[in-house]
Amino acid sequence: MNNKAISNASASVAVHKISSWKRVRRCWQLYLLLFLPVVYLLIFKYYPMFGVQIAFRDFSPTRGIWGSEWVGFENFIKFFKSYMFERTVVNTIRISLYGLAANFPLAILLALFINSVRNLAFKKAVQLITYIPHFISTVVLVGMIFQILSPVTGMYGSIYRMFFGEGLPTDILGKPGAFIHLYVWSGIWQGLGWSTIIYIAALSSVDPELHEAAEIDGASRFKRILHIDLPTILPTASIMLILNAGSIMSVGFEKIYLMQNNLNLRTSEVISTYVYKVGLAAGKSDYSYASAIGLFNSVINCGLLVLVNSVTKRLGETSLW
Amino acid sequence: MSAKNVRKKIQYPLEDRIYYAVVNTILVIFTLAILFPLINIVAASFSSPTAVATSRVVLWPVDFSLEGYRAVFSNPYVLTGYRNTIFYTALGTTINVSITLVAAYPLSRKDLPYRGFFMFLFTFTMFFSGGLIPTYLLVNSLQMVGTIWAILLPGALSVYNMILVRTFMQSSIPTDLLEAAQIDGCSDLRFFFTMVLPLSKAVIAVITLYYAVGHWNAYFDAMIYLNRKETYPLQIILRDILIANQISSNDIVDDAILAGKQGMADLLKYSLIIVSSLPIICMYPFVQKYFVKGVMIGSIKG
Repeated sequence: MNNKAISNASASVAVHKISSWKRVRRCWQLYLLLFLPVVYLLIFKYYPMFGVQIAFRDFSPTRGIWGSEWVGFENFIKFFKSYMFERTVVNTIRISLYGLAANFPLAILLALFINSVRNLAFKKAVQLITYIPHFISTVVLVGMIFQILSPVTGMYGSIYRMFFGEGLPTDILGKPGAFIHLYVWSGIWQGLGWSTIIYIAALSSVDPELHEAAEIDGASRFKRILHIDLPTILPTASIMLILNAGSIMSVGFEKIYLMQNNLNLRTSEVISTYVYKVGLAAGKSDYSYASAIGLFNSVINCGLLVLVNSVTKRLGETSLW
Repeated sequence: MSAKNVRKKIQYPLEDRIYYAVVNTILVIFTLAILFPLINIVAASFSSPTAVATSRVVLWPVDFSLEGYRAVFSNPYVLTGYRNTIFYTALGTTINVSITLVAAYPLSRKDLPYRGFFMFLFTFTMFFSGGLIPTYLLVNSLQMVGTIWAILLPGALSVYNMILVRTFMQSSIPTDLLEAAQIDGCSDLRFFFTMVLPLSKAVIAVITLYYAVGHWNAYFDAMIYLNRKETYPLQIILRDILIANQISSNDIVDDAILAGKQGMADLLKYSLIIVSSLPIICMYPFVQKYFVKGVMIGSIKG
């Protein structure tokens, strides 16, 4: 048995006595493993964070990120003054608040319901089926929405004609006011079943003896859910609420972008889709302006998360870190 | 017989019976609401073009035909897209899983010096990022636009999945095992390859599936970084056909009548939805438990 192995074994005991350089050298193999991921992070995550300075410059491809002219907050002021500022910010907040208000209570309710089912086969079937849409790609989901809601060829049209005989129903895909409902409720169709998993996992920690005791005391199933199950998942629920509240300003790009058309842009243009259009999709890309809008969004996101977390930390026990 | 008698004897109170009746009804309605659109798509995909054009399909195929599928499989872009997606998914997932594992293990070791600093380096990127444009400019300056590397490397590591694996390794690999191995002179690398990896099979399965589904369903990176149609993954082809309606009449050869063409275009879309989701649908019943497990590990605060 060599000395190195012995000193390794006692490392955890004597950690504070050894100089840090020695500790680092002893773990060189762990650092070797960590090398590639850290290089990846520095290149693909941290370098763009320095690149974000083009938001404060007037970027020209020939002069590069570091050589372009410094213009300070000009790009931000241009965004704040444009009519797209109010539209994109309001749409972003509206869409995510509506989604949160619909999704969050429904997920908890559904989890409580599924958890209380006595017939095991029925319970398994409900879970198996309601998880399926989670795995459908965004492109396919939006394609399904378009196909099914087509007034001419879709199921929407055929069901309408089943009740009203002939004719075409209104084209809800082209109505700006309907966009937010379509977006949120298709999201619920796709994600609600999946989002119950975390609550059902939390509910599995409930001691069955609690339920038995309450049952003997004459508590109904409904009462037991209210006084046993609900308090059990409250910490999980508040963490989920923090996470969701922190991402109010970062509504997903992919689905909204695919669902947009010329008729609903007024209600469907959000910050992330606007950044893409200004920066990459437009014929003459304005990299600096798009970066400024994106940076504005990231800063708000980050701030929101810290804020919500500190509020809940002060109110109770649960927090993210 | 006796089981039946016992069941009869247990008489739940009225209040509970009402509760169960209401809850079961709600769950049945919700499950049907999930199933209806799916069944409609499947039924339409097996119908004839005219049945689709005149929208007679609701929950059962009308004039059963496989023409939609024939059209899908004779579309050259769909086939190359399919091939590209399989390639990107296989290669991308391999890169993802490898880099996630080598990042997660050192960070799961409590005796790693400066562990807190490295953890911060990783988690900080979950809260703040340079954003779309600086990332695009980076990929552009690395000469990766238009190449496969642009869709494999920028997203090579998901910090969320890394934390998932780290949490698993911390809670399920006993420190006694490491200490015993170290006494026997086992190096960290050898311990990682011969002990940690075999013991982490369950979580490796989970993240492999997460990454694979992610690659299969992704379209955004391909949309901004790829520029040649031969390299497009399936989702981009799908987007062009399903959403942007870019289906040229050349792609539909057999039908002369315009109405038939419209029906054929729609039928193609229905069949395409099924074909593109087929691998995931087939795998789903067998791997469902791994996905669920992933959510459960993720819910442990690490």
